Amino acid sequence: MAKKKNDGYLSAKESRRISRENRKITNAYEKARKRKNVPESEYLTTMHDPNNAVEFDNLHSYFFTDTGVVRAVDGVSFNVPIGKTVGVVGESGCGKSVTSLSLMQLLQRPQGQTVEGEIRLNIGGNKAYDVTKAPNSVMQKLRGNYVSMIFQEPMTALNPVFRIGEQIEEVLKLHDDDHRTEEQFKARTIELLEMVGIANSEGVYRMYPHELSGGMRQRVVIAMALACNPRIIIADEPTTALDVTIQAQILDLLRQLKNKTNSSIMFITHDLGVIAEMADYVVVMYAGRVVEKGTAEDIFYHPAHPYTIGLMNSKPVVGKKVDELYSIPGKVPNPINMPKYCYFRDRCEMCVEQCSGEYPKEIQISDTHFVSCYRFDGKEAK
Amino acid sequence: MSNTNQNDLRENQAIPTVDGEDYLLEVKNLVKYFPIKGGFFGRTVGQVKAVDGVSFHIKRGTTMGLVGESGCGKSTIGRTILRLHDKTSGQVLFNGQDIFSLSSSELRKLRPKLQIIFQDPYSSLSPRLPVGEIIGEAVREHNIVPAAEFDDYITDIMKQCGLQEFHKDRYPHEFSGGQRQRICIARALALKPEFILCDEPVSALDVSIQAQIINLLRELQKNFGLTYLFISHDLSVVEHISDTVGVMYLGNMVEFAETEKIFDHPLHPYTQALFSAIPVPDPNYKMDRIVLEGSIPSPANPPAGCKFHTRCSKCMEVCKYAVPNWKEVEPGHFCACHLYNDAQEQAEAEQAIPAQAPAADGKKA
Ligand SMILES: Nc1ncnc2c1ncn2[C@@H]1O[C@H](COP(=O)(O)OP(=O)(O)O)[C@@H](O)[C@H]1O
Ligand SMILES: Nc1ncnc2c1ncn2[C@@H]1O[C@H](COP(=O)(O)OP(=O)(O)O)[C@@H](O)[C@H]1O
Ligand code: SF4
Ligand code: SF4
Ligand SMILES: [Mg+2]
Ligand SMILES: [Mg+2]
Repeated sequence: MAKKKNDGYLSAKESRRISRENRKITNAYEKARKRKNVPESEYLTTMHDPNNAVEFDNLHSYFFTDTGVVRAVDGVSFNVPIGKTVGVVGESGCGKSVTSLSLMQLLQRPQGQTVEGEIRLNIGGNKAYDVTKAPNSVMQKLRGNYVSMIFQEPMTALNPVFRIGEQIEEVLKLHDDDHRTEEQFKARTIELLEMVGIANSEGVYRMYPHELSGGMRQRVVIAMALACNPRIIIADEPTTALDVTIQAQILDLLRQLKNKTNSSIMFITHDLGVIAEMADYVVVMYAGRVVEKGTAEDIFYHPAHPYTIGLMNSKPVVGKKVDELYSIPGKVPNPINMPKYCYFRDRCEMCVEQCSGEYPKEIQISDTHFVSCYRFDGKEAK
Repeated sequence: MSNTNQNDLRENQAIPTVDGEDYLLEVKNLVKYFPIKGGFFGRTVGQVKAVDGVSFHIKRGTTMGLVGESGCGKSTIGRTILRLHDKTSGQVLFNGQDIFSLSSSELRKLRPKLQIIFQDPYSSLSPRLPVGEIIGEAVREHNIVPAAEFDDYITDIMKQCGLQEFHKDRYPHEFSGGQRQRICIARALALKPEFILCDEPVSALDVSIQAQIINLLRELQKNFGLTYLFISHDLSVVEHISDTVGVMYLGNMVEFAETEKIFDHPLHPYTQALFSAIPVPDPNYKMDRIVLEGSIPSPANPPAGCKFHTRCSKCMEVCKYAVPNWKEVEPGHFCACHLYNDAQEQAEAEQAIPAQAPAADGKKA
């Protein structure tokens, strides 16, 4: 750990030393990833449960910054079953996006690195790849084909100077194994635009992104994400920038598409209402770790972790009058300098004696419901 | 904090009483168009009808929520009320006085009474000033307190807003989003305002921080008798904080009522659709959603008749031609929709239907 001056700022010398050390570490990771002709055996693995599309297993993704190591994701485990939607919820900075970017292997390089753990991606035929060990060349094939992503701000995924049609076709061409003709590409693009509910598909095909409304752009981005029939779609706050009525349309669309294609969705949001509407399973993250996970019913009807409970009470609900909203006291710990004990302890109003011990381990409290909290120590489901 | 200055204006003017009510703010038929410049000479080629004839009132010490999809004119209303924009037509009465009739010196005197808090606290805070100065600058300029009391006054205001004295010497970038919003609130509160326009003040914040800021706003309202216009696209937040709610669509207010009334039984088809889209944090909730087709038309070229008719599932023939009246359908519950016409209004509205119009075919123009 870097030595800090009293005021919390690092000296220039200290900072230089850290960045030298960081470079050594990240260079080693980068070198491994850029190798050519890596044998498949290095990243080939098997799913622990073949019904899962993805298994995150003790994932650690860090950022090696000049002020120290940011433990953005620090031991995250959960599964995304085939054909199901898993909602990942938590406040900004808790590591939701870093978890999903780790699956895509799109962390900001070189400072962002997965340093420990596995992410097993089911590629069918009883085979799975550990994407944390897969080289760049393999990841390029997996992205789009097996995993694709819908971002919050559709303009980040769209290039303003190209027509919508060209951009979707580009995705199709990148993963084209059938040697389709230009006409076939166009037909498929039009088909995709219609699938996402764009009525004027021929017109939109020829438009530029700025000619579309926010909701329409998000539909185009969804069409791009679906272009190659991915097994898993990551939706990172896909409706946060949209109005509720447009959000309702997009959520409807995602639900329909998922049912049609039997793909899985990893749905990231900070909105509990949206999670309740979309998710079969819910994962609650806090400060880079999963504090609670279970079915949507488990989480909404029997929230167990004090953070989950606090989160639910913080949000006003239409039709439920409360005089004052609950507000969780204190703030999230600094990710560069996490405590040794439960990360939520300094804000927790339900502490028990054991809480000053080490970080609580995950406790299974029902068939489907897991929580990391000492309040459930000794109350494991048999 | 002393409340003496708070009453300046009220002493000078008669308090307006409409139906015996004490309204701090009355907005009457407010219109605000923005010119669209185009062509070689930058001539005005059209107009964005951002606010197109809106009327409402806010009782002293209460909160009115203003909702509607982005671009419907919420911020423009707020900014026109504060005279940050010129009006196109209509009236804004603050304590019974038309703010557009004020001279610049009268306006300067009124300024501290009308304050604003924005969504993005960072961009509205000068990065080069320490927090104490940010909060105190206008206090000094407007002589809100005697110089001798200045320091204690600023400290007191900061404490009221959940900030600490040592924060005075810090700079905005050293604060989190929620803390920055507290700084903005303190800056507004320090001027002893009567009215605060809150334009999406919690939209950029996490839920737990949102809760803190909402609680703070309510507490300050109680302590200082503040009146808020609270703009937000988060309907559950609006329901929580507001006494009355106005719903806007494409530059018009389509419905206005007490919060409980409007959420219990919304009258306008747009309000009904909007409210049905609110996600409910209950995985087994049976949604009964009215999905709106298509997107919002351009405010530069809004549909004729009822502006909502292109998307309304209850659209009738008259809706395509006649603008619905803004009327009090039930006591205190206002709405603009032909569904609530009485016989005479219906007859008048039908006159707008052109004689050779095709036979009513139900939906959509
Ligand atoms: N490129 C980066 N460099 C340094 N730190 C980062 C970077 N990206 C994310 N982080 C940090 O990682 C943590 C988790 O971020 P993120 O996954 O984006 O959170 P969220 O849950 O809001 O999606 C945060 O503390 C954030 O500051
Ligand atoms: N300064 C301006 N000049 C021109 N058009 C504007 C200006 N401000 C807002 N508008 C337009 O007026 C309409 C209403 O905008 P606004 O009041 O910001 O909506 P809201 O706050 O409800 O999202 C929009 O179409 C917007 O583009
Ligand atoms: S382990 Fe203790 S401190 Fe942590 S959340 Fe549970 S009760 Fe609170
Ligand atoms: S006036 Fe007609 S179109 Fe407009 S909201 Fe009422 S029913 Fe719908
Ligand atoms: Mg994120
Ligand atoms: Mg606005």
